[in-house]
Amino acid sequence: MSDFFDKSDLTRQDADKIVSDTLKNCDDGELYLEESKSESIVLDDNKIKSSNYSSDLGFGFRAISDEVVAYSYSNEISKDSLKSSSENLKSTLKSIKGSYNHEIPKSNKKYYEDINPIEQKSLDSKLEVLNKVNDFLRKKDGSVKQVTASFSGEQKSIEIIRSGGESLTDVRPLIRFNVSVLLEKNGRKETGVYGIGGRQSYDDYLKNDNWKNVCEEALRIASVNLESKPAPAGEMKVVLGPGWPAILIHEAIGHGLEGDFNRKKTSAFHNLIGQKVASEGVTIVDDGTVDNRRGSLTIDDEGTPTERTVLIENGILKGFMQDRHNARLMNTKSTGSGRRENYRHVVLPRMRNTMMLSGNQTQDEMIKSVDKGIFAVSFGGGQVDITSGKFVFNCTEAYEINNGKIGSPIKGATLIGDGPSILKEVSMVGNDMMMDPGIGTCGKAGQGVPVGVAQPSILIDKMTVGGTKL
Amino acid sequence: MVKDQEFLKSKASYCLDLAKKMGATDASVTVGHTISETVNFRNKNLDASDRSDGLALSIETYLGKKRSSITSSNLINENIKTLVEKCFETTKITPEDEFNSLPDKNLLAQKLKNLDLYDQTRFENDKKITYLKELEEAASEPEKIINTESSFTENKTNFILANSDGFCDGWKKSSFTASSVTVAKDENSMERDYEYISCRHLADIKEGSELGKKAAEQTLKKLGPKKIGSEKINLIFDKKIAKGMLSAFAGAISASSISRGTSFLKDKINQQVFSKSINVVDKPDIVKGIGSKYFDSEGVNSKTLNLVEDGLLKNYLIDTYNGKKLNLQSNGRSDGITNLYFENGNLSFEELLKISSKSLYITETIGHGSNLVTGDYSVGAAGYLIENGEFKYPVSEITIAGNFKNIFKNIILANDLEFKYSVNSPTMMIEGMTVAGK
Repeated sequence: MSDFFDKSDLTRQDADKIVSDTLKNCDDGELYLEESKSESIVLDDNKIKSSNYSSDLGFGFRAISDEVVAYSYSNEISKDSLKSSSENLKSTLKSIKGSYNHEIPKSNKKYYEDINPIEQKSLDSKLEVLNKVNDFLRKKDGSVKQVTASFSGEQKSIEIIRSGGESLTDVRPLIRFNVSVLLEKNGRKETGVYGIGGRQSYDDYLKNDNWKNVCEEALRIASVNLESKPAPAGEMKVVLGPGWPAILIHEAIGHGLEGDFNRKKTSAFHNLIGQKVASEGVTIVDDGTVDNRRGSLTIDDEGTPTERTVLIENGILKGFMQDRHNARLMNTKSTGSGRRENYRHVVLPRMRNTMMLSGNQTQDEMIKSVDKGIFAVSFGGGQVDITSGKFVFNCTEAYEINNGKIGSPIKGATLIGDGPSILKEVSMVGNDMMMDPGIGTCGKAGQGVPVGVAQPSILIDKMTVGGTKL
Repeated sequence: MVKDQEFLKSKASYCLDLAKKMGATDASVTVGHTISETVNFRNKNLDASDRSDGLALSIETYLGKKRSSITSSNLINENIKTLVEKCFETTKITPEDEFNSLPDKNLLAQKLKNLDLYDQTRFENDKKITYLKELEEAASEPEKIINTESSFTENKTNFILANSDGFCDGWKKSSFTASSVTVAKDENSMERDYEYISCRHLADIKEGSELGKKAAEQTLKKLGPKKIGSEKINLIFDKKIAKGMLSAFAGAISASSISRGTSFLKDKINQQVFSKSINVVDKPDIVKGIGSKYFDSEGVNSKTLNLVEDGLLKNYLIDTYNGKKLNLQSNGRSDGITNLYFENGNLSFEELLKISSKSLYITETIGHGSNLVTGDYSVGAAGYLIENGEFKYPVSEITIAGNFKNIFKNIILANDLEFKYSVNSPTMMIEGMTVAGK
């Protein structure tokens, strides 16, 4: 755990006093201190392309009065710097009125260990794995023309100091291992990408030569794509595989259920609580408490312990994801969803691990039921316009389905749908829920935070596939 | 106030001296300071204010052909010392790479002419508030506008780049950005759109009311969209979407994707990649330009490049490392493009709309569907159906798809180029792309 005061002229007592003083008549606010250490090591084009280490330290000071949020950050932790932030906040909130200061609930549960993954594996042994990856892939298949492999690791220590001197702390490890391979055959080039990660040490993910599985998966995806034909264009049935394709849920439903958009009534879902927004059998939760997952948090960035928040239960919209600010203005409680990329950013309500729970049908049944459609196994990224509800995501591995059978692979295509109505088109929910491999980053208002997704196989009766073949 | 050049220079030379003392054969340092202040409004009231004050340091150390780097925001000398040590320790055990080196000395930028990138005017938060009040009054005037959000950001940056070959230079820049986002609602639909302006000088920022009015108008026009059938149709890209084609092109001609073999434009120098009428220019020395710079992140002089002449690809965007790999000289593009644009075409906007009796005018794309390895392109889109040169009705929930190799050869440009962003295009028509709808 970082001691934010040992190398500063600012003492804990000073900080407590400035915080209590500044937030005296405010509704909410806190001093957020953060130290992060991160590394990124990349092998590319047969060589170690870069090894970068980064250390970052700073604070963000927030004061809230009614609907107005004032925020100030600096990467200099000192008495002067905190005082000038305090002055800045006071000058914004000219007529401070407020009394909320709702207590932070306590919990002693932890969802990951206090480790520093960077220190736990030597640079040499990381370089060795990357070189093995390169050799393995190039030997395995003569059409491999390019290999990129990377490690990224981080340890982030945070402390939240609230009015009255209350202090909350967390230490968050995070790693990711990624392999990308380019194949060239008969004049065609295609890539395949696969990665794994989460909040444990590198070796927890790499044991039993697990890096080989990552390589093989990347290679498999690239090989499939080398055989791909132009994708169809138009509305059709879509079967989604389990796991990572749940970014559909993240884009179509997740963002629209974040508290801020609903308080501001700019989300297509803001007036739909208690209403049927999905087919029966569809249940979706956002869960920050799954051990060691990329999207999990012991406490959120306001200090609230995370939880499993039910968003949709058996087709009915049950609730939103809230941080303290939006929860207060909507007369409800924080769901432990207040997150920020780092001390430079304000807290927003965000997703953690967004999951659709299993039903009782099989993937086989789904495919057999489709005359003409596509089977989508893996995706790149997605995006949503929360106001119109329109969302997209890009297939990176998909196949045609003809008369109940899986056919040729098809080229990457964008799928587009309408968030509030898409889940009503779900006609089968599989029994095979799976988490994604631990690679997701969600962007909102210029802030990226690590997230997870999960779902079983599902059948969607109608979606627009953005191919080129009419 | 942003820190002055002297302060940044002293930190940079402290780093370089340390690295040399430890035995680094070469080193390069960037030190920067940014102060940014934002005020946000929502529904005609103050919503948030945000002030940031950030230092940033990045160091690269070399031992012969070995290299590694470190970044930090903590500029206390004691911390810098620890970091430079850690960086150099890592360098020692990083494998050699024959292409690692500082840029060639003769390519380094010499003397800076004045591009007027810094306006020292301070726009106090009270003035930002007055500006946003006017903006939101105008934006919320139409009855169907149910939500408005707007912001004003003032940004001042100063930086120094120094390397062990004696290069030491940098510049101050400022930006002022105002934006307006509006939400409109009718019985059956809710839509959102935005308008923004970003300038180096405060005096060039438009009136708030003008910005708010434009955002509201654009949003109202989107209400009640229809989904159309799937078909091959001519598309017209609004300027703010057309520039995306240039961004994809820039990604595909970066020396790194060329040297790695991951671009569909590899080995296409002097070949026809666009239709004959197309010229693409990257010009770093536009006065007050959003993308203007004196030199790239390695200190290499950036000159104007004609990337495409009469449809022929003439240049890649080259940095030192990938340049050496490709046996080409850096052209000062280690951080990509500067001010990139298509030169004007011959047709007016109205003439472009009338080329075909029916076309789709695209105002919005969504998703990341550009594959620069294969050139395949597929994204979500929204816009308007146009018949005989006239806007008929809004269209949404469709996708547009094709391959850049064909798309680039079927571009027709209007003559309405404006320099609003760092990448700019006139209105563009693309013949025969696939639209997927119903």
